[in-house]
Amino acid sequence: MTLQTYFMEATYLVASILFVLSLKGMSHPETARRGMFMAEAGMFAAIVGTLVGTEIVSWVWIIAGLTIGSIIGAWMAIWVPMTAMPQRTALSHAFGAFAAAMVGIGEFIVRGSELGAITRGALGFEVMLGALTTTGSLIACGKLQGIIHGKPIQFRGQNIINLLVALSMVGCFVYFWMHPEAAAVFYTMLGLAFVFGIMLVIPIGSADMPVVMSLLNSYAGLASAATGFVLGNNVLIIAGTLDGFSGFILSVLMCKAMNRSITNVLFGGFGSVVAEATSNVGGVMREISLDDAAMQLAFANRVVFVPGYGLATAQAQHAVRELAELLEARGVSVKYAIHPVAGRMPGHMNVLLAEANVPYSSLYEMEQINPEFPSTDVAVVIGANDVVNPDARDNPKSLIAGMPILEVDRAKSVIVLKRGQGRGFSGLENPLFFKPRTTMLYGDAKSTLSHLAQAVQHV
Amino acid sequence: MNPAVLIASVYVFALAAFLGYQVISRVPPLLHTPLMSATNAISGISLIGSLVLAGKAHYPLGAHILGFVAVTTATINVVGGFGITDRMLKMFGKRKTEPAAKGVAK
Repeated sequence: MTLQTYFMEATYLVASILFVLSLKGMSHPETARRGMFMAEAGMFAAIVGTLVGTEIVSWVWIIAGLTIGSIIGAWMAIWVPMTAMPQRTALSHAFGAFAAAMVGIGEFIVRGSELGAITRGALGFEVMLGALTTTGSLIACGKLQGIIHGKPIQFRGQNIINLLVALSMVGCFVYFWMHPEAAAVFYTMLGLAFVFGIMLVIPIGSADMPVVMSLLNSYAGLASAATGFVLGNNVLIIAGTLDGFSGFILSVLMCKAMNRSITNVLFGGFGSVVAEATSNVGGVMREISLDDAAMQLAFANRVVFVPGYGLATAQAQHAVRELAELLEARGVSVKYAIHPVAGRMPGHMNVLLAEANVPYSSLYEMEQINPEFPSTDVAVVIGANDVVNPDARDNPKSLIAGMPILEVDRAKSVIVLKRGQGRGFSGLENPLFFKPRTTMLYGDAKSTLSHLAQAVQHV
Repeated sequence: MNPAVLIASVYVFALAAFLGYQVISRVPPLLHTPLMSATNAISGISLIGSLVLAGKAHYPLGAHILGFVAVTTATINVVGGFGITDRMLKMFGKRKTEPAAKGVAK
């Protein structure tokens, strides 16, 4: 080993340690940023180490790639609005996974026939995971951005076709593994993986995106880890595995928050069937006037805001913070209740509210806030529906039975801000809206909230 | 890859998985979005594999071109990922003093 190689290996070791420390920093908002600097330093060290330790001849490709990539990456980091964070993350998964797939193909071209059996296996995994994550993430991104319709796309025999695609992909993989010279089979496997990625995500509705995002996150990481096995490079294995497990943990958490299994999310096509099994609670929804609502809020002791994805689509984060500040100035205690799947990716709602300058100390998780609802005077539900549906708790026949909810129906009174009288994403009737203590405030969340704020000032 | 290296790699994988589980389960839901974009940026480490492919001596032109594409996309992933994570974390950190000030004003 030359001196340069030792240097390279040393930077890899440093990078691995820094990556782990950076994720440790993520355990608290105060230390998270410092953690990120460590990760950035680790990445930089690994890049420098690689450039020093490898016998590089053609710098043109490298410099061109780094420059173009940095410009696009920086542009994305600066200009993407926080509401579009899920799309951006999905796109980023696609890019990362695509890079892993490309490296795999490159390895196949360069070392194809001389690869050992184990490396070939890892290479197959790398290319398959990389390719299917690329297209899957692109579809997810399209759905989140609204380029592709967010409703699940389903057709007869879909699961059978998916199964056939998956089986042929695995078949190609096995054949390639036994006959490494079969380039055609290798490329067929690649193509099938691209197709499979699309097939995997199109039947999944927008509201299930938190799970899909987490899974794709996990796959992208595992693709990197597989690259590490192919190249015999430990820092790739470590970084990829950390990402893979992080994504896996998040998808389990998201599934728990919806009380559904991963298979159900992936193959269930939730939201495509118009639910008939809804308990037809009937009754009337009572409307409340802006002034009455403002009065209720202004003279309350404890108010809890319950934001849902509707808040994000209405861009009402700032409006809700302004209203909250007015209330706090009057001595009202204001808290925000965040359901784990509020938003389109894990933690999305927290980011949106943080952007609007809501202090993170007033954001409460479901387990923390639920016991507080009985002593809450007014719960204000903004563009959330299924996550506050008491049917999930009370009606075992409901489609969402068993899903943990924010128990706003236990509050002394509830004001629901809603665009119209329609049902939520799942098509379920929400008995909360018909309860005697619930009142409805229709209209666009953003303008309703700012009108409420004005009305509160005049109380 | 000889068996000794493979076994070492499997050790690394298993330990990283274990460590990752321990560390990541401590991350509060508050920071799950930054966590995802951070781990995503970190897994852009496949950039170093792309660099080798794009520039190493004695590699065919096809490999260099694939490597170039991979370097570009991986860099987007790394730079974009870290950039946006930092932007988000800045929002979570910036009002350390603000709520206290508000409390006094009341």
